[in-house]
Amino acid sequence: MTEFALTLLRLAFLGGLWLFVIVTVVALRKDLVQPREARPATVPARPAKTPKPPKPSKNGRKASGIKGPALVVTEGPLNGTVIPLEGAQITIGRAPDSTLIINDDYASSRHARLYPSEGAWVIEDLGSTNGTWIDRTRITSPTVLAPGVPLRIGRTTMVLER
Amino acid sequence: MTVDAPPAAAVRQRTRRNIELLLLVLAWGLGVLGAYQVTLATGEALPQRFWVTTAIVGGVALATHIVVRWRVPYADPFMLPIATLLTILGLVVIYRLDVAALQRAERADVPLPTPDVYNQLTWYAIAAVLFIVVIVFLRDHRVLQRYTYTAGLIGLVLLILPLAPFIGATVNGATLWVRIGGLTFQPAELAKILLTIFFAGYLVVHRDSLAVVRTKFLGIGFPRARDLGPILVAWAVSLGILVFERDLGTSLLFFGLFVCLLYIATQRKSWLFLGALLFAGGAVLSYLLFGHVRTRVQIWLDPFAYSDTGGYQVVQSLYGFANGGLFGAGLGRGYPELVPFANTDFILAAVGEELGLAGVVAIILLYAILIERGLRAAVAVRDPFGQLLAAGLSITLAIQVFVIIGGVTRLIPLTGLTTPFLSYGGSSLVANWIIVAILLVISHQARKPPMPATPAAQVDAATQVFRR
Repeated sequence: MTEFALTLLRLAFLGGLWLFVIVTVVALRKDLVQPREARPATVPARPAKTPKPPKPSKNGRKASGIKGPALVVTEGPLNGTVIPLEGAQITIGRAPDSTLIINDDYASSRHARLYPSEGAWVIEDLGSTNGTWIDRTRITSPTVLAPGVPLRIGRTTMVLER
Repeated sequence: MTVDAPPAAAVRQRTRRNIELLLLVLAWGLGVLGAYQVTLATGEALPQRFWVTTAIVGGVALATHIVVRWRVPYADPFMLPIATLLTILGLVVIYRLDVAALQRAERADVPLPTPDVYNQLTWYAIAAVLFIVVIVFLRDHRVLQRYTYTAGLIGLVLLILPLAPFIGATVNGATLWVRIGGLTFQPAELAKILLTIFFAGYLVVHRDSLAVVRTKFLGIGFPRARDLGPILVAWAVSLGILVFERDLGTSLLFFGLFVCLLYIATQRKSWLFLGALLFAGGAVLSYLLFGHVRTRVQIWLDPFAYSDTGGYQVVQSLYGFANGGLFGAGLGRGYPELVPFANTDFILAAVGEELGLAGVVAIILLYAILIERGLRAAVAVRDPFGQLLAAGLSITLAIQVFVIIGGVTRLIPLTGLTTPFLSYGGSSLVANWIIVAILLVISHQARKPPMPATPAAQVDAATQVFRR
């Protein structure tokens, strides 16, 4: 084996190692900007898959009287409370640092959280004792909260408004 | 927030499994190229088992990929190829050191040593099997939270197991092996996973009280005196490992891990400050009390003064790095076998000599990306236990990489820890592959699209009250 061929092999190995690193970093970069890329691709599919906005929310809109999406308490001790949703997640529970503090024996201190995910609001139970309920179903995994569907935690019922 | 954006269910999250496959193929190709180059450069004949061996490596890598595709399709696409590439690079370097040991024995006319590379290959296969087992059976990492205290107890037992009579074994001055029959195992490697589970589970429950601020000093809020218990216990345990097992690396790893997780869980800088203070105290104390710690520090400060005795290893490794230069001597063209334990603690010295700075930087970058992806999974996952667990496992890797690479390059005093994935040694390889498996499960949970609301069976459970 000539020295020249060995040098070529040696540089090819180092080049391959760096190729791996560079491909990884380029793919990683794509991963970071992925949401923006993904959106246009889904536009054609939208009319078929987007559920129609439920009508009850219109009544609620008058009650809350604020612009943009909001979580409105419709039943329970905090009836009438409106929490505007501004793109950041909100937490619900008995803990004093929650966004919506529910003082209820049937709520856990960190009961649930509501967070935006690609244009929808997703409710997730944080391991509460008595569960988080959408309509009459106890949720077991992060679930998209459709507007107008009653969300129940302990003795409190809430509705998402668009 | 855009009100009329499509709901999450309409957006198909990309799984990016194909880029993972591409990178895996690249990693395998690099391994074949490297092993081939070693054979050519050292003038050996191509081993009979060469193509069988490379095919086995490729098959194992492919099996892990298929399982990831099948069970955790939304998992991070970079962690598996990086871990595979590091393992394969380790195999290449171990093979290269085997050849060196073989040629040396031939020259000296002594019995030929048994090659290590096939052992390591077997361990890679075992690690891959355990990786697959974890991914198949651990659907949701939150299950692990139930075993918080069990994991803590078993972890602690594993830590002190090497001290047990009959099965404990002392190798090169450190008591961290367990020998059962002919098999030796380092229980501390498994203990680090179990203790990370314990720390995460414990801190999720207790972080509120640990975050309470009592007094403010220098703009940093300090915790109450009665909340200092856990950090003092962790400190005492890691000092105990240092004293009784003489294992500086493991001791450092556990204390560092606990302090980092405490900081992440409570977001109080005071814990870092207290941790640094306790660490400094422990370091000074052990420097004054224990001969082996003092030797390490002295070698670190001036290795050339001890180049014939304790500093020989570090000095040879520094010569190796110098010989490697920017682009390395080329695989098979250096003298990495001159460093004692070149295939375990000092494998990076072998890489530095034969692949040069370019190779070492590439490997450090790979570790950095791996750890970054783990921390990203920690940020993305929604439940607090998963966040702490993913962060803890990534930090375990980070501390280990920093401590061993820092030690080999003489940035910090040398402490015996294995280089994750690269080093020869079964326990370390298996434990690190399990860590990658858990991180993949967590990142799958974090990245998978949320399930749309399903009209479940009408159960009139609305008034049910559950009490624990």
